[in-house]
Amino acid sequence: MTRRIVIDPITRLEGHGKIEIRLDSEGQVDRAFFQIPDFKGFEKFCEGRAAEEMPTLTQKICGVCPTAHHIASVKALDALFRVEPTAAAKIIRELMHTAFIYEDHLLHFFYLGGPDLLVGSNDKGFGKNIFGVIGKLGGKIGKKVIEIRKRVRGLNALISGSPLYPVCGLPGGVSKPVSEKERAGIKEIAGDALAFARLCLNIFEEEVLSNREYVDLMHSEAFSLQTYYMGMVDRKNHVSFYDGEVRIVGPDGGLFEQFGAGDYLHHLEERVDTWSYMKTPYLKSIGYHGLCDGKGSGLYRVGPLARLNAAEGMATPLAQQEYERMFDACGGKPVHNTLVYHWARLIEVLFAAERMSEIACHDQLTDPGIRNIPTQTPQEGVGICEAPRGTLIHHYETDENAILKRLNLLVATQNNAGAISLSVEKAARAFIKRGRVSDEILNRIEMAYRAYDPCMACATH
Amino acid sequence: MPDKPKIALYWCSSCGGCEESVIDLSEGLLELAERADIVFWPVALDSRLKDLEALDDGEIDLSLINGAIRLREQARMAQLLRRKSKVIFAHGTCAHLGGIVGLGNFHTVQEILERSFRDVPTVRNLGGILPGGSVEGSERGPKLSPLIDKVMALDQVIDVDCFIPGCPPPPELVGKAVWSVLEGKLPEKGFVFGDGKALCHTCPLLESKPEIIRVKRFKRVHETDWDPGKCFLPQGIICLGPATRGGCGSRCIQANMPCRGCFGPLETMEDHGAGMLSFIASMIDADHEDEIRRITASIPDPGGLFYRYSLPHSILGGGKGTET
Repeated sequence: MTRRIVIDPITRLEGHGKIEIRLDSEGQVDRAFFQIPDFKGFEKFCEGRAAEEMPTLTQKICGVCPTAHHIASVKALDALFRVEPTAAAKIIRELMHTAFIYEDHLLHFFYLGGPDLLVGSNDKGFGKNIFGVIGKLGGKIGKKVIEIRKRVRGLNALISGSPLYPVCGLPGGVSKPVSEKERAGIKEIAGDALAFARLCLNIFEEEVLSNREYVDLMHSEAFSLQTYYMGMVDRKNHVSFYDGEVRIVGPDGGLFEQFGAGDYLHHLEERVDTWSYMKTPYLKSIGYHGLCDGKGSGLYRVGPLARLNAAEGMATPLAQQEYERMFDACGGKPVHNTLVYHWARLIEVLFAAERMSEIACHDQLTDPGIRNIPTQTPQEGVGICEAPRGTLIHHYETDENAILKRLNLLVATQNNAGAISLSVEKAARAFIKRGRVSDEILNRIEMAYRAYDPCMACATH
Repeated sequence: MPDKPKIALYWCSSCGGCEESVIDLSEGLLELAERADIVFWPVALDSRLKDLEALDDGEIDLSLINGAIRLREQARMAQLLRRKSKVIFAHGTCAHLGGIVGLGNFHTVQEILERSFRDVPTVRNLGGILPGGSVEGSERGPKLSPLIDKVMALDQVIDVDCFIPGCPPPPELVGKAVWSVLEGKLPEKGFVFGDGKALCHTCPLLESKPEIIRVKRFKRVHETDWDPGKCFLPQGIICLGPATRGGCGSRCIQANMPCRGCFGPLETMEDHGAGMLSFIASMIDADHEDEIRRITASIPDPGGLFYRYSLPHSILGGGKGTET
């Protein structure tokens, strides 16, 4: 006799999901399935559409990370039309993308996955949610979280029309310049965002790193996977969100592959399962060998911890200090424990804030030259950026009239598909013994996927 | 003290943007949690399906449902929430009109699945399997809810009380809709929050919009420069403002980009795409059929442009009499 435990719906993530855990006759975990019951079909219904509409059309894959889709899409259009964006356009795009990653990471830490760490497992007074977090940390911090997200999202409304859905991206540029008056406001917000980022790391120190239970979990085998790691890096191999090459390191931390956007098809493949609408990507040169980790498995991970593992450092000074501190505390690179994604995410919050401050002072931010109008006949283009949840790839082919013939989208969370399934199964095996389950145990299993900050609307586009 | 009103928030085939429009209530979200019990909201709270099923019929005072209906399971969830709720609001364009997901109605389910799971260049799928199928000899995973034949808007599946338009709606509009129920001021059945008039009436570029607009060619945004201080239409750039309900705060226009119609058709308009097409027809500056043909040919993908957000709720879109 076997028994099934179903978690439906899984919660505090973006999009739909269910977990089905199958127990054997001894009550031990036989298999766990992480299923995504949603699918839209963007790769089909964007065919026949006009290429210039892609940044505003494909971003509707995800209302939580629309800016990342907007950026990957507009970069794919730059490549498609073979047009170089102006210096001002690049810096404006990077600013909106960086500001977006900042506020989106905060959404995860305070609203979605962070409550697992911030609201104690035995704390019955508050739920594990934003309201519980405010109860625990106090209304003053709660108001600061709400205020800084609102202001940073306001910054993006100023640049791009709306933080809910930006519309400013055009091949070769953007639709709106930044004025000197606006620069002053951007500087102020970036400065306050930096102060709040430092506060977040203090909160993490005081509420999480000083909590023995969580520190033990962060070192436990139950949450550890030895996988490859992928992320975008700049010319110095530092973490980069907007542009650069994609770098993959092995489970031992050594460089495995590094490639530019146009070469992604040589490196990545994906497989299909019958029981979920989420495809599972893997490293093409290794292949898919089942849901397992290790050097011989083609599974890889993306997102904050993967980016920090894949890169050689951070591009800003305070984030670099925190980067070194994290790896020192975790026993060096690479870090394999999934729960450390939370820490890595906050280091990226700090990096994003520092980078916003740098961009706010950049001479070319207010340059009125915001567009180069394409003159080449379009054919094919790939655009890659780092979404908060990992590497995001848009690939378009058009006819000579710039009407889409084919698209391929490899979307951030999707890259983590195999690792998420494996993480959930591993946690289920570690915490379910002799058929005994409780809400607390089920939440521990959910912590295994939540740490990735998965977005299932993206993963099943 | 009387019980607080109960509220549920759910998503069907959605992107999560409507959830962001609730989180973006900012301090208003804290006030909402004070004034009401949020009994089901998977994005933010740990409640399960069984908790929802355990509620009495009609026990929830207001459910906000966003997303289109793409999977059979989503239709069942909408039906369950309808039974449990006194009032249902369709939240956002997908629930209101079918939304972007509704563009899937240009294709069959088989075409959509085959493209993503068999044909894209990264997929390696020698057996040609599709989600929901089975592979002989391999482990049987959990049952997967199938796609329904046509994407549907929420009111094509259940009875809906009011509609909050927008992709996604501005947080202020979501707040206004929710407070209307909490304050006992539920609008009449079928009410669509937002302006009664077209976007043009509140557009910052209105003064530069001529009474009569005539163009010899429509231009595409990537190939042309335009004056951001002037109405898009006389510059030959298609903007869906004249056929689209206002209430969005002109957010695309503020970024120097034209409207794409996410607030849906005007109240007097049955079909958003047909309404916009008739406006576009009035702009064509031609005397001869050949010239008309040349000018209309300068509009790429009219179907995808004019029905971008409303295909399931249009004369083209199907969505009726579909298996659920």
